[in-house]
Amino acid sequence: MKFGVIVFPGSNCDHDCYHVAKHVMGQETDYIWHKGRPSLESYDCVIIPGGFSYGDYLRPGAIARYSPITDEIKKYAEGGGLVIGICNGFQILIETGLLPGVLMRNRSLKFICEDVYLKVESSDTPFTSEYSADEVVKIPIAHHDGNYFADMDTLKKLKQNNQIIFRYSTADGETSVEANPNGSLLNIAGICNEKRNVLGMMPHPERCAEGILGNEDGKKIFESIVKRVMQPC
Amino acid sequence: MLAMEKIEITDEIVESHGLSKEEYEKVLQILGREPNMVELGIFSVMWSEHCSYKSSRVHLKNFPTEGPQVIQGPGENAGVVDIGDGLAVAFKMESHNHPSFIEPYQGAATGVGGIMRDVFTMGARPVANLNSLRFGNLDLPKHKYLLKGVVAGIAGYGNCMGVPTVGGEVYFDDCYNGNILVNAFTLGIVKSDKIFKGYASGIGNPVIYVGSKTGRDGIHGATMASEEFDEGSEEKRPTVQVGDPFTEKLLLEACLELMKTDYIIGIQDMGAAGLTSSSFEMASRAGTGIEMYLDEVPRREEGMTPYEIMLSESQERMLMVVKKGCEDKVRAIFDKWDLDCAVVGKVTDDGIMRLMEKGVAVAELPIDPLAEGAPVYSRPMSRPEYLDELSSLDLSTLKIPSDMNQVLVDLLDSPNIGSRRWIYNQYDHMVRTDTVTLPGSDAAVIRVKGTDKGVAMTVNCNSRYCYLDPYVGSMIAVAENARNLVCSGAKPLAITDCLNFGNPEKPEIMWQFAEAVRGLSDACKAFDTPVVSGNVSLYNETKGEAIYPTPTVGMVGLLENVNLHSTQYFKNKGDIIVLLGKNRSELGGSEYLKIVHGLVKGPPPVLDLKLERLVQKTCLEAIAAGIVESSHDCAEGGLAVALSEGCISGDKPMGANIELYNEGQRWDALLFGESQSRIVLSLNRRHIDKLEEIACNNETPLEVLGEVGGDHLLIDDKINVAIEDLQKAWRESLESRVS
Repeated sequence: MKFGVIVFPGSNCDHDCYHVAKHVMGQETDYIWHKGRPSLESYDCVIIPGGFSYGDYLRPGAIARYSPITDEIKKYAEGGGLVIGICNGFQILIETGLLPGVLMRNRSLKFICEDVYLKVESSDTPFTSEYSADEVVKIPIAHHDGNYFADMDTLKKLKQNNQIIFRYSTADGETSVEANPNGSLLNIAGICNEKRNVLGMMPHPERCAEGILGNEDGKKIFESIVKRVMQPC
Repeated sequence: MLAMEKIEITDEIVESHGLSKEEYEKVLQILGREPNMVELGIFSVMWSEHCSYKSSRVHLKNFPTEGPQVIQGPGENAGVVDIGDGLAVAFKMESHNHPSFIEPYQGAATGVGGIMRDVFTMGARPVANLNSLRFGNLDLPKHKYLLKGVVAGIAGYGNCMGVPTVGGEVYFDDCYNGNILVNAFTLGIVKSDKIFKGYASGIGNPVIYVGSKTGRDGIHGATMASEEFDEGSEEKRPTVQVGDPFTEKLLLEACLELMKTDYIIGIQDMGAAGLTSSSFEMASRAGTGIEMYLDEVPRREEGMTPYEIMLSESQERMLMVVKKGCEDKVRAIFDKWDLDCAVVGKVTDDGIMRLMEKGVAVAELPIDPLAEGAPVYSRPMSRPEYLDELSSLDLSTLKIPSDMNQVLVDLLDSPNIGSRRWIYNQYDHMVRTDTVTLPGSDAAVIRVKGTDKGVAMTVNCNSRYCYLDPYVGSMIAVAENARNLVCSGAKPLAITDCLNFGNPEKPEIMWQFAEAVRGLSDACKAFDTPVVSGNVSLYNETKGEAIYPTPTVGMVGLLENVNLHSTQYFKNKGDIIVLLGKNRSELGGSEYLKIVHGLVKGPPPVLDLKLERLVQKTCLEAIAAGIVESSHDCAEGGLAVALSEGCISGDKPMGANIELYNEGQRWDALLFGESQSRIVLSLNRRHIDKLEEIACNNETPLEVLGEVGGDHLLIDDKINVAIEDLQKAWRESLESRVS
């Protein structure tokens, strides 16, 4: 299969996502520079990596939304292509409207980098099929603006459609206030769109996909993607 | 003739440029005429203490700087050390003390930005940052504000660049109330045959300016960093630069992309003294001259004068010399990254810096006399008289506390010992997915992708020891760094340093400086860790009060097999805990003495270099043999604190049951004394014979202390504290004081 990793000016987890896709998963992988308008059709999955696209100036993701590649990502997603946005990638997906809600400043108003526990709310996506439902995984966060907010109707819809994929939890799977690092409503750490082909998440699975880093809990996301592409259901 | 509006150079103007009468005489001698304002400004920054090292140079030349591992020693933008497999590490540490005190966020941020530029100028991709910070008393609201601002500034810049901040150190002491220290370290990885240097070679080659536009910020920053602070220091805020990490990220990627080609002849970052020092240094190294067209310099503001353009310290700028004819190809790369790129001059053969504006020369200066002929001072030195009184300590006058449990909890709660989590959680320490040992252990370890290797790095300096005895204290700074690296499983390779001191015009300060350099040199020779880069920051003094001498050392080490790295916290119940080294009855300069008895006194701990080397050798061999579960250096707070950290600093806290061999020592000295050359190991019982064999071969003292287990730390009948109480004091130490 073939992964494409989008590179905006200021992306800085592009190398990390490329490394996991190419060297850990052993799949063909390209960087895709944001300026051209390359067709994304030849890709089986597009990754929008973390970082500080356009320096996070104005608001994270707000400028990347107007970059030429973003129209192509929209087209690709609307056509059913798999898109995963991690951290700044999630913020960009929200700004483009591919995912609902907003990501506000963390409750502490500080950047937070630490391991957190997540409860996998749904394994019914192309990105999470290798997890079991209600599995608790440890994946690090590293962001200043990950405080998920949406109006009541949106939240209701997300719940009804089973679009909430990851929630911050304790090691025992309690989605409590204490387990919430940034103030997100319903402890939301990741959501997908209605068609379930676009996933946005604040935690960084690419940072915990190899034994040498002491944690491989994030690898199953990439394994799920590869499995879905190689053995379409 | 120079076309410039004639301003008469008065004594006042000379003085306001930080030049002494004698120095100005030398200017006149070099030029054979009076300088104009532009030229005077250039002399002023080039001959500032910050840029010229005029007070420190005579001492620094004594540093050991060579070794088979050294590819590039001091004098370039960063030092470079071989790590095998065709790869090398480039690293350096630099101070941003004065600006950070005036404007903590931007001061610290631009310090981080500057040191990263130094490293990628060499062709290396920055892969890890460290920092060494000193603040005053955290009870003072000003220092809470400074701590928050500095940490946010480092985070703001490093996180955006995508370079992880993987470790560091911080201390708090009243001696920093008027001058904080912000020392930033960056390490990059480079192919050993693709190292770039700052040479303006090849007559006729174009000089190219890339990166941010030049503004009016930071004018005279280097001069400001070469003076003491007084009442009016706050008014110097306009001399602090403002950072833009996004532009620097683009500059990094564009430069690395350009470096894959063969267009570059030489490249240098515009740091302190901006366009002036970069152009002079590049031409001086190559023995050439430069003709510069100031109208071509990209500018942020209208109406900037040549004086302002040459002295601006706007950030995120680089100067390079490329092969003639490659200008368009270079420009294409910078266009891709939306960065300014302008040909601003050409290399000449006359050894003159000629600055042109609208076709006429506005300054003409001989390069070598200015760059190399800066004044060098052998300043007078004298041992401070207060040392006799300070270094005496009669232990018999100190009451031994009855409640050792409380002492231990108080030490863990000390901001000099407590957990640094509040700080490092604000730094992205995992980006690049190389961080094998996260912050909170003796040294940070990163893997080198594509190899089995790991690189470990650490920064250290106990300035209290250096105050009490700068020679011994500086040796300890090197020894502790080496010990930290060894505890992580790495063999020490080389050091970088930031020498932070007071006003060098005072003989006592100059004596401290010379003693520190002597201590660093002797210790570096003993550990075979040459000095490959560094920086000197003097005039860290406010209203006549100097900081403690603080020669911060950053050390880098290599793990041939990164899988064999070690961390400081206990792993398994039932593991045996062992001490390598000897407990002496030493309390001088200890955190215990300060916290419990309110004293900064006594000789610092003895450093026996032979014993230190043997202890380190034993530890390294044991880790390489794969028998070690945890390894931790004994430092501030002594053995009791080291054992506590073994219990509480991991993911799964666990207790320990310890019995110490006490041959008539005071219990406070045994528990909290800071004797050097001690490492606490834990290992499975079945490996103890092997460890004893290694220690015996290396003539290393070894004492079995006890075993891991339970939910209390028990030490004889002196210490009995629940792990959760230790953890609470340690974890909340910083957080409770800043919020």
